[in-house]
Amino acid sequence: MSLELRGITKRFGALTANDSIDLKVEAGEIHAILGENGAGKSTLMNIVYGLLSPDEGSISVDGKVININSPLDALAAGIGMVHQHFMLIPVFTVAENIVLGHEQVKGPGFLDLETARKEIARVSAEFNFDVDPDALVEDLPVGIQQRVEIIRALIYDAKVLILDEPTAVLTPQETDELLKNMKKLRDKGAAIVFITHKLREVREAADKITIIRRGKVVGTASPTASQEELASLMVGRPVSLDVDKAAPQLGEVLLTVDQLNIHDHTGRALVKGVSFELRAGEVLAVAGVQGNGQSELAEAMVGLQEHVDGKITLAGVDITRSTVREALHSGIAFIPESREEDGLISSFSIEENLILDLHDLPPFANGPVISQSVVAENASKRVTEFDIRAQSAKDAASSLSGGNKQKVVLARELSRPVKLVVASQPTRGLDVGSIEFVHERIIAERDSGRGVLLFSTELDEVVALADRIAVMYRGEFIAIVPADTSREELGLLMAGVKR
Amino acid sequence: MKNLLKKLTLPVLAFSMALFVSGLLVAFSDSQVLALKGKPLSMIAKAFSTAGGAYWALFRGSIFDPSLAEKSFIQGFYPLSETLVAASPLILTGLSVALAFRAGLFNIGAQGQFIAGAIGASWVGFTFEMPVVIHAIAAIAAAMLFAGIYGGVVGLLKARTGAHEVIVTIMLNYVAGYFLLWLLSTTAFLRPGRQDPLAPEVKTTARLPHLFGSELRANLGFIIALLVAAGVWWLLQRSTWGFRFRAVGANAAASRTAGISVGRTTTTVMFIAGALSGLAGAVQILGSEPAMTAGVGGSFGFDAITVALLGRATPIGTVFAALLFGALRAGGLTMQASTETPLDLVLVIQALVVLFIAAPALIKAIFRLKSVDAGQTVASKGWNG
Repeated sequence: MSLELRGITKRFGALTANDSIDLKVEAGEIHAILGENGAGKSTLMNIVYGLLSPDEGSISVDGKVININSPLDALAAGIGMVHQHFMLIPVFTVAENIVLGHEQVKGPGFLDLETARKEIARVSAEFNFDVDPDALVEDLPVGIQQRVEIIRALIYDAKVLILDEPTAVLTPQETDELLKNMKKLRDKGAAIVFITHKLREVREAADKITIIRRGKVVGTASPTASQEELASLMVGRPVSLDVDKAAPQLGEVLLTVDQLNIHDHTGRALVKGVSFELRAGEVLAVAGVQGNGQSELAEAMVGLQEHVDGKITLAGVDITRSTVREALHSGIAFIPESREEDGLISSFSIEENLILDLHDLPPFANGPVISQSVVAENASKRVTEFDIRAQSAKDAASSLSGGNKQKVVLARELSRPVKLVVASQPTRGLDVGSIEFVHERIIAERDSGRGVLLFSTELDEVVALADRIAVMYRGEFIAIVPADTSREELGLLMAGVKR
Repeated sequence: MKNLLKKLTLPVLAFSMALFVSGLLVAFSDSQVLALKGKPLSMIAKAFSTAGGAYWALFRGSIFDPSLAEKSFIQGFYPLSETLVAASPLILTGLSVALAFRAGLFNIGAQGQFIAGAIGASWVGFTFEMPVVIHAIAAIAAAMLFAGIYGGVVGLLKARTGAHEVIVTIMLNYVAGYFLLWLLSTTAFLRPGRQDPLAPEVKTTARLPHLFGSELRANLGFIIALLVAAGVWWLLQRSTWGFRFRAVGANAAASRTAGISVGRTTTTVMFIAGALSGLAGAVQILGSEPAMTAGVGGSFGFDAITVALLGRATPIGTVFAALLFGALRAGGLTMQASTETPLDLVLVIQALVVLFIAAPALIKAIFRLKSVDAGQTVASKGWNG
């Protein structure tokens, strides 16, 4: 079966998310759609899956134009989708999730799960998926949950399978498994649309590559293209993927964390007995799959967690019980994980966002009065220094692109006297250009003798920036290893396997 | 200037629509109009004259009455003076709600805080002997302190225990109302020789002076309200405190992350909001109602919510919205007395204005407007905080 899109255009107000996109996916191939965040990949696939309707253009299956107005239509046409955020009900079993929306009954009011169980067992055996139909979804690892989504698509006879950023939540090992399974599905004749921004995976699995930039198809490439070539096509200019950095100039021990435990308000342990030291001039990267306690540990560094015991010492000063303000003023710059929720006030202007931390101190405040001119002066200085692209510093922060928002956060946090930078997922959702900027800045901070505690779920980022790597698993530092540790070993550690 | 026009388009159109729809209601609920069912032309003519009559009465009751002007020209403005008297406390309670809104808090408690302020002003006003200006200042200070604490407690409870301000302020409204009722039965607040719940009159040394001679009731309270509105604007836009209020209101998580103490801010905001409502109570007691009764609160605290919403939680908007509501209040009485139109119609107009303002899309659709600045509707923000 083949899927063909012709002239698909979708506008949201003034923004053209998809601009007459043509795409042809054949049976028995893995077709990668490569593009940055916001390039329009997900919009396109949501159109194919019937979640959005296009303003112009047509979709045809096997040469016949079809109308897709809902996911049910898509399924009927043989198109299945595995979403980035799984559409599963955690407290239901695998079988229950799979029959959801297509429930069969055996007699009035009696759900027939038997057929579903058999089907699941059949598909599971065919692809070596190893999925128990009676397991509760919430008890399954993320990689297996994803297989449940794939099984669901296959059971309803999907011949075209769309995978939207499927590797974002997986460990490296789980990613390898997924790529293997995609190839198996392809060999059995499925057409697979693989949406991603990760170059390594594209080169490994794809048969054909279509690159989308700003809503337009800008080219195709073969999987033999180098990462640099693919990245340049994706971004529209030459990019360097390596981070230039010299050997670290290590200084004194700057940060000591001793037996740190964090609980949530119900008393559940989120971080267990974490201890480490960080020297000035060093980047310690904390790697791990999302949700293993990294967010909480990062927040605890600046007093944003309530139930903390253990000891955090910064340059000889105990800051375990500090308020956020005290922690920030003792010399920590904090780049929060979610810049939209925790980093910025979207409705505030850029200049106001730049003084959130220091608004009541001289020179910004003169007694209770905020000096508008000093605030504006400060903003124009920061805008230049951090290359913040905005029409005016008086514009609301919400008008900025993701990368520029992150630059505002960096500009604010790095403009205090800083000893330690705590950065949590600092490049999540950013375009390649902004990622370069953030990486260069982090290395610049390190080289000027500050310590950097970096939390990242992107293994590439960890490897590129770290001087030492700590791997976090279920709230613990399972190991602290040198920066040149192999990806395989890091992957195993991230899955909780200790050597 | 062009900007201002743009901003005014929507409220003006909303108000006109409200008047139009209410006019239809007045006309077609009138028995004389309905009696002309068979004759459409004379029915429409009668409908116009009925609605016109009602609105003319509304105008005479709220702005200028030519029949009163016959005695002395200034007397003709008696209705306008009544509008100002009704608007002054509304401006202040409206500011109280608007300020809390901006900090992400839904202050339903302006009513209770108003009563706390009225009690403070009344007690200081009739108990102590003081020289003229000082007595008024002392009474106002007591009112603001009482009500500030009454509001601040809400903020403190929210900061310490997470108790939702909506629930707490609603309950404290009841507490204030019944406390006042009890207070008025105690010997301290009972007027000598009277048994009914009526406090002694505030001494003349504490009263707010009239603005336009003794005939008109408009008093210094209105000037105070305007000055305070300017002060609230300054607080929000220029001071470090207001910066924190707005920051916490717009995004509490980001404020906390940047080192702002959300709990302390919440408490401060609620203290100031309480003090503003308390000042409204003082203006009412010292300005126009020197003898406190159990009904002193009226609906100043509740109308304040509508006023603040209508004014989009900005000080200037709140002032205009309060003036509009004050005019409707003052004019409604005249309208009821001189035509058959019931006072309830005023409530209908108020409701319709709010409806049309709160649904800018509706006005835009009716008038086919494209680029009118609808601004932010503050509607239900704060409920989930």
